[in-house]
Amino acid sequence: MSVTTGIVLSGCAGPLSPLEPGGPAARSIATLWWVMLTASVAIFALVMVLVALAWRAAAKPAAQNGSEQVWIMGLGLAFPVAVLLSLLAYGLWLGERLLPRDGADAASVQAEARRWSWAFSYDDAPGRITEDVLHIPAGRPVDVAITTVDVIHSFWVPRLAGKLDAIPGHVNVLRIEADVPGTYAGLSSEFSGPGYDRHAFTVVAHGPDDWQAFLEGGE
Amino acid sequence: MKALTRHRRLAAIWSSRPGWRGWLSTVNHNDVGLMFLVTAFFYFLVGGILAMLIRAQLATPHSAFAGPEVYSQFFTMHGTIMMFLFAIPAIEGLAIYLLPKMLGTRDLAYPRLTAYGFWCYFFGGAMLLVALLFGIAPDGGWFMYPPLTGKIHSPGINTDFWLIGITFVEISAISAAVELTVSILKYRAPGMSLGRMPIFAWYILVTALMILTGFPPLILGSILLELERAFGLPFFQLELGGDSLLWQHLFWLFGHPEVYIIFLPAAGVISTILPVMASTTLLGYRWVVAAAVALAILSFGLWVHHMFTTGIPHMGLAFFSAASTLVAIPTAVQVFAWIGTMWKGTPRLHLPMLHILGFFATFVIGGLTGVMVAVVPFDWQVHDTAFVTAHLHYVLFGGFVFPILAAVYYWLPLVSGRKRYFRLGEVAFALIFTGFHATFLAMHWVGLMGQRRRISTYAPEDGWTAINLISSVGGFVLAFGLAMVLVEVVLHAVVRHHSARNPWRAGTLEWATTMPAPAYNFASLPHVDSREPLWDDPGLPVRLARGEGYLGDPASGRRETLMVDVATGVPEQHVVYPTNTHLPIVLAAVTGLFFLSILIKVFWLTPVAVAGVVALGWLWVWRLGSRNDLGEQPIGRDLRVPNIAESDRPPGWWGSAFLLVADGTLFGSLLFGYAFLWTVAPGWPPPAFANPSPFALVAASAGAALGIAGGVFSIRNNRDGKGPVPGLLMALGGMLGLGVALMVFLAGAPSPSSHAYGATLWVLGSYGLLHAVLAGLMLAFLLSRHRAGYISSRRRAELAIAPVWIGYACVTTALILLAAYLPGLAT
Repeated sequence: MSVTTGIVLSGCAGPLSPLEPGGPAARSIATLWWVMLTASVAIFALVMVLVALAWRAAAKPAAQNGSEQVWIMGLGLAFPVAVLLSLLAYGLWLGERLLPRDGADAASVQAEARRWSWAFSYDDAPGRITEDVLHIPAGRPVDVAITTVDVIHSFWVPRLAGKLDAIPGHVNVLRIEADVPGTYAGLSSEFSGPGYDRHAFTVVAHGPDDWQAFLEGGE
Repeated sequence: MKALTRHRRLAAIWSSRPGWRGWLSTVNHNDVGLMFLVTAFFYFLVGGILAMLIRAQLATPHSAFAGPEVYSQFFTMHGTIMMFLFAIPAIEGLAIYLLPKMLGTRDLAYPRLTAYGFWCYFFGGAMLLVALLFGIAPDGGWFMYPPLTGKIHSPGINTDFWLIGITFVEISAISAAVELTVSILKYRAPGMSLGRMPIFAWYILVTALMILTGFPPLILGSILLELERAFGLPFFQLELGGDSLLWQHLFWLFGHPEVYIIFLPAAGVISTILPVMASTTLLGYRWVVAAAVALAILSFGLWVHHMFTTGIPHMGLAFFSAASTLVAIPTAVQVFAWIGTMWKGTPRLHLPMLHILGFFATFVIGGLTGVMVAVVPFDWQVHDTAFVTAHLHYVLFGGFVFPILAAVYYWLPLVSGRKRYFRLGEVAFALIFTGFHATFLAMHWVGLMGQRRRISTYAPEDGWTAINLISSVGGFVLAFGLAMVLVEVVLHAVVRHHSARNPWRAGTLEWATTMPAPAYNFASLPHVDSREPLWDDPGLPVRLARGEGYLGDPASGRRETLMVDVATGVPEQHVVYPTNTHLPIVLAAVTGLFFLSILIKVFWLTPVAVAGVVALGWLWVWRLGSRNDLGEQPIGRDLRVPNIAESDRPPGWWGSAFLLVADGTLFGSLLFGYAFLWTVAPGWPPPAFANPSPFALVAASAGAALGIAGGVFSIRNNRDGKGPVPGLLMALGGMLGLGVALMVFLAGAPSPSSHAYGATLWVLGSYGLLHAVLAGLMLAFLLSRHRAGYISSRRRAELAIAPVWIGYACVTTALILLAAYLPGLAT
């Protein structure tokens, strides 16, 4: 199992892969994916086996042939209800944890999208604007307030968190966090016309000293 | 009379004119159904070629094959064509062709409407095809989000082609939905109660009702966006009180039910074919019907799952996430009912069955990834990536294309009277199956590596090169398999290889016709006692051909059938259909002129086209009916029933009722949009509210009272032999009152281009005015019909229809004035 997972994992690696998480939000979603994948493979195998067994008359227990109780009440209703309710609860609990809640020691930044660039500004460094590069402190939650000046865009740093749209007239807040200092690729992920391919940005996570230096005016 | 003589007489009555010219005037469901199917598969080919161009572009990094501008047209048109010009029309065509045969009757409820729907599809599709050929096709993505598709960011005509062309095509979807609903409920063989209906009819009934309630939000959205683009009514412009999110809600209010509108008929195909392939009956018929209904209802509560990343509060998302996962339950009920059916019977591996197995493998994976993306946090990661593209192709190709291929191979003998000679289908299936999974399994993977949807190229450093190449090679293998299916169908049409009747030994009535199915379907209509009449009585086809059923005497020279009671299937009315006419194609062309005039902005042509539509519509209904009382009609087997002209609930009443379901949904969506802008759009409240006009309120109340009372009086007085004229005049006065009230309201509303508030009021007022005028036209029509002698105290059917529309106009006018004036009164 671990060997297979290792191969698949390395196959999914890359600077833009949500399955190579660099922060808590992306990590919990990656775990969610592996749980769902495992369950899905099992369910798929079960259904295929049941289909295949339909051809083997000898393998069919006579009592179960044509029984609405087994096929419809059991497999059609009870089975998916049980699986889906647990999945829903898991997803809901996880989604709640990922929300930008008050209380955490979160840095606040603003992301403003336009065709085809991003402008970032910082509550801790008023007046400071960076183009296409977002600086954040590592190991600390960052709330990104996202909006746009033209069409709809979407703010996505796959290795750190899920995406959230930039919608005209609305401000959406996304919490991201990088575990360690480093560079993380970001994408705009809502089709926005001919420049969409190259509508990307970079997130640079700084250690405490570098972050202080950035806020004071250095890079 | 001998069976052959009867066949010749009936064929002479029912056939379309000979040669290709016959297509232009045919109204027979056999012809129009096939015309729908052939056109739909032509668009499948066009959409498939676009898919190949997309895969060619993405096969290698830094591809120079197509620039982003052209590539945007590729993917926008691929999605648009597959959804609107292939899947939905293919469903319509299949249902139109098959249903009357399965239901044991001779045609659908409104033959001319069938043809009108087809020509609207044909001309509307041609508009989009022209745009594609000239390189000015829509390029904003198939879901067309403003502001990208607004005038500022998409100034060209490309977007207008989409909004206008698709709306034109949707006329065919609404026509077919009304037609199929009424046909299934009222046009069945005597004795076929709801519980004895073939399962396919249940699925199509549910689908048709979904089209009536699912398509109107899209039609409304398209109208609003086109009004913004053409006339500057700012529904989606932030600066003037609009909100682009409104489009997303309207689009997905349509878009998610749409997925089930495509899947349910395919599930109906499986529920029909799979039991035959296993020589048994469907396990849990009632459960399967209940599951289809549940799926339809749930599907209207899912639309927000396309909007999980738009910043809607998490608890709101939780509701839609729950609904989106729960929709898997009725799907599971059906899947396990099918597997249980296979266990119950003895499955045989005929070619249609191979495609059903392809369906199982593919659709189950698509369903499982569907549950994954219904979980909100996971969707935040994969939304707008190739993972979602892969998921939707598993659902749509697995849940629609495999079943439709099974349907093609299963019903082809019925259409042609032949069986396959060359055995290409098995190889084709293998290519399709492996090609599909190679293409789209890989696409999940590359999506999880961060590849977004709709990018035109990528860099080698992204690490996606090998996977995309696999995906593209798989795509071409798939295309090759589909091409082989096409070759086989063409060979089937060319090579004579006679098939015996009922080759699959099925139990449903479509196999009781001679093969190929004649234009009139059945020489006489069967009396149905069970769900599988052919299994109970293998001699039925012969006895029907001998004229032993209902309406077996072609002496009248008319196209006849029966209407039955909705629940029990007891014969109620005798129907005479209109015959071959060019009216549908001409009306569709004039309707097209209306859309064209807006597309190319030649606005003097618009009122001309509207007048043409009204005149042709008048002629359309004028041609029906009779100037003499008919009395009870003999329908065979010693039964007599009244003609539809001499009933209280004629086909037009039923059609109006269901058309108003769609119309009412459109109106409801408009009110939803109004409330949405009011509560969510940043630029609200507007600078000034409309001033309530006491005169408008009085005129509307008086008009409504007169209109409703007049409608009732016209029916009552006519029944008592006093004639309908006073009542009709009274109702006409009532509609005039409504019209004046709405015009006063419009005159007092703020300018429609200054703010989304004024724009919404303008649309509301115009909507009400349109319905008052429509009801008024109907009353004027009835007055002329009475003068011309078409209405008597027996021939009362036409009078039943106008009051339905009068009532609707009164209710909507009241709601419009309330919605517009209450906020002003409150502040």
